[in-house]
Amino acid sequence: MLIIKNLHARAADSEILRGIDLTVKTGEVHAVMGPNGSGKSTLAHILAGREGYEVTAGEVIYEGKDLLQMAPEERAREGIFLAFQYPVEIPGVSTTYFLKAALNSVRKHRGLAELDAMDFLALVKEKMKLVEMEQGLLNRPINEGFSGGEKKRNEIFQMALLDPKLAILDETDSGLDIDALRIVAGGVNGLRSKERAMIVITHYQRLLDYIVPDYVHVLSDGRIVKSGDKQLALELEERGYAWLEGQVQSS
Amino acid sequence: MDIAEAKDFYLARFASIEQGLADDGRSWTSEIRRAAIARFAALGFPTTRDEEWRYTNIAPIVKLPFSRGGSEEDGLTGERIGRLDLRNLAENQLVFINGHFSSELSCLGRLPNGVMAGSLAAAMSNSKAKIEPHWARYADYNGHGFVALNTALMEDGAFLFLPQGTVVEAPIHLLFIATAPDEATVSHPRSLIVMDRGSQATVVESYPGFERAVYFTNAVTEIVVGESAVLDHYKVQLESERAFHIATHQVHLERGGNFSSHSIALGGALARNDVNVALDGEGGDCTLNGLYVTTGQQHVDNHTRIDHLKPRCTSRELYKGIMGGKSKGVFNGKIYVHKAAEKTDARQTNKNLLLSEEAWIDTKPQLEIYNNDVKCSHGSTIGQLDQDALFYLRSRGIESRAAIALLTRGFVSDITGRIKSAPVTGWLEKIFAPKIEVITADKGKL
Repeated sequence: MLIIKNLHARAADSEILRGIDLTVKTGEVHAVMGPNGSGKSTLAHILAGREGYEVTAGEVIYEGKDLLQMAPEERAREGIFLAFQYPVEIPGVSTTYFLKAALNSVRKHRGLAELDAMDFLALVKEKMKLVEMEQGLLNRPINEGFSGGEKKRNEIFQMALLDPKLAILDETDSGLDIDALRIVAGGVNGLRSKERAMIVITHYQRLLDYIVPDYVHVLSDGRIVKSGDKQLALELEERGYAWLEGQVQSS
Repeated sequence: MDIAEAKDFYLARFASIEQGLADDGRSWTSEIRRAAIARFAALGFPTTRDEEWRYTNIAPIVKLPFSRGGSEEDGLTGERIGRLDLRNLAENQLVFINGHFSSELSCLGRLPNGVMAGSLAAAMSNSKAKIEPHWARYADYNGHGFVALNTALMEDGAFLFLPQGTVVEAPIHLLFIATAPDEATVSHPRSLIVMDRGSQATVVESYPGFERAVYFTNAVTEIVVGESAVLDHYKVQLESERAFHIATHQVHLERGGNFSSHSIALGGALARNDVNVALDGEGGDCTLNGLYVTTGQQHVDNHTRIDHLKPRCTSRELYKGIMGGKSKGVFNGKIYVHKAAEKTDARQTNKNLLLSEEAWIDTKPQLEIYNNDVKCSHGSTIGQLDQDALFYLRSRGIESRAAIALLTRGFVSDITGRIKSAPVTGWLEKIFAPKIEVITADKGKL
């Protein structure tokens, strides 16, 4: 589904990604871990199509297509979803209106009919249950005045609504207390399926207690320095990132 | 024409209309008109050396020898008016063509006894007692060349009078249509709205023009909000993209009066809009909302002045602008708290969104306070489209232009959200949609 080959990228004057290779197949859950500044969020942003990065080498093939040539909205319509680390507050734009516009643009692309107001509301209500979101939030402007937990739940709710093929979760655990983490992780687990792949980006192993990955990759200084299964995450938790960085330097 | 020639051109125009006034019972206006034209002769047209006109060069207006806009309908059929899509506001609609009242095109629903709604020219002839105490008593022709010109040269406009305690539910729509079929025309619409004690109304003044027409609208409206009267006023400027529009709204509020103004400027090549409010009775309340959206090469200047003359008055002002293309916006808002105006509570905010590299805004909020026991604040901001927000929307599958449209609508939502009248909201929504289309297209080009 997704093949990242030798991806190099820079922002402003600094090189952030220095040769990423990663293959994700349908149905798989990959965790990408790494210390701050290792390039985790940059990778997520580049996959979703954020401007401000220059890809200097390598390629990303998504379902046989050159992903890097696609606009962010095309990627979304083709089934890529990014759950933001810092969901953006957008004053004055109603959450309901936004969700409807997003859902209908994705549905239209997939050859499905646009939903009328009744069907839309029914679908929204159903998906909100997944992350125990309160319906009142729909009447508010996008993320405005939402608590940290509400914002993250809103991300997973949107993911449920848009039904992506590849979901990228960028530090979805950051800033969540344990109760909120359980709810959010429960929502994500509810969306795991054979038809969907996920890339779960996180700094801490904690999230992976709830969302158990098939593969774990450790990113350091813009490269994947180690890959393994869920045991690798536990090992990292125990020994810290310094352990790996030491290994890389000595090798 | 140069500026001196233009001045002579308008002075000669005055000489020709003065004759006509005596014939139809309006000779009582001559004295003031003569004073006004004398002031115009002395003041001339403003230049960018005048502080109040620093950001707006009106030279393009004086270059053209505009001919007098006639009252003929010039093919202005119901169908053409229909294209303005005013169904929401058609219950009480007074139509003016180049500033002249058209009784054929106007219609009025059931109005309470004693309410007067129609032509100011007719009221000047027939109801002098209602007009004389107010007409030209508020709008200052001594300091403003265009107000002087309007006062001297005005032929017609709207007159509204609400007697004590009357309430008119449906909006009263004053529709000023400019036509310029063959040559550039000028009109000086002059209106007077008098709200007697405890009366209430919603008034919409709109100024649409037809595509590509070149003309000059020089409008003045005087408004008197009597004791405890409530006026919800909308001005919607939709002139053609080649038109010039200069307008002054001069509002006089008495004790406990409540005035809210929503000034929406979408059209015109060069437009200037002054809203001046005098809070001249204790406990008066005024809200000034403004929205200006400019594209292409448009230039739109908003001037407001609120005079707090008496104690315990409140004013709330929020003006928002979106500039795209190579267009230019101006906001100049002054709050003047006079010595006697203790317990004044005044707030002024101006926020601007620039959608292109070449768009421009000059913003100048001003407070002058001569009393120590007041609460006043002002502020202004200039920003660009939030790139994080834009990416967020696009990452959910919303196309770039639609996302920009969503964000610009979001930016103005606190202005549109303050519109109290449902028919006005529905109407404005329709007017606003195509403008948003244009501005997002403008943005898309860059």
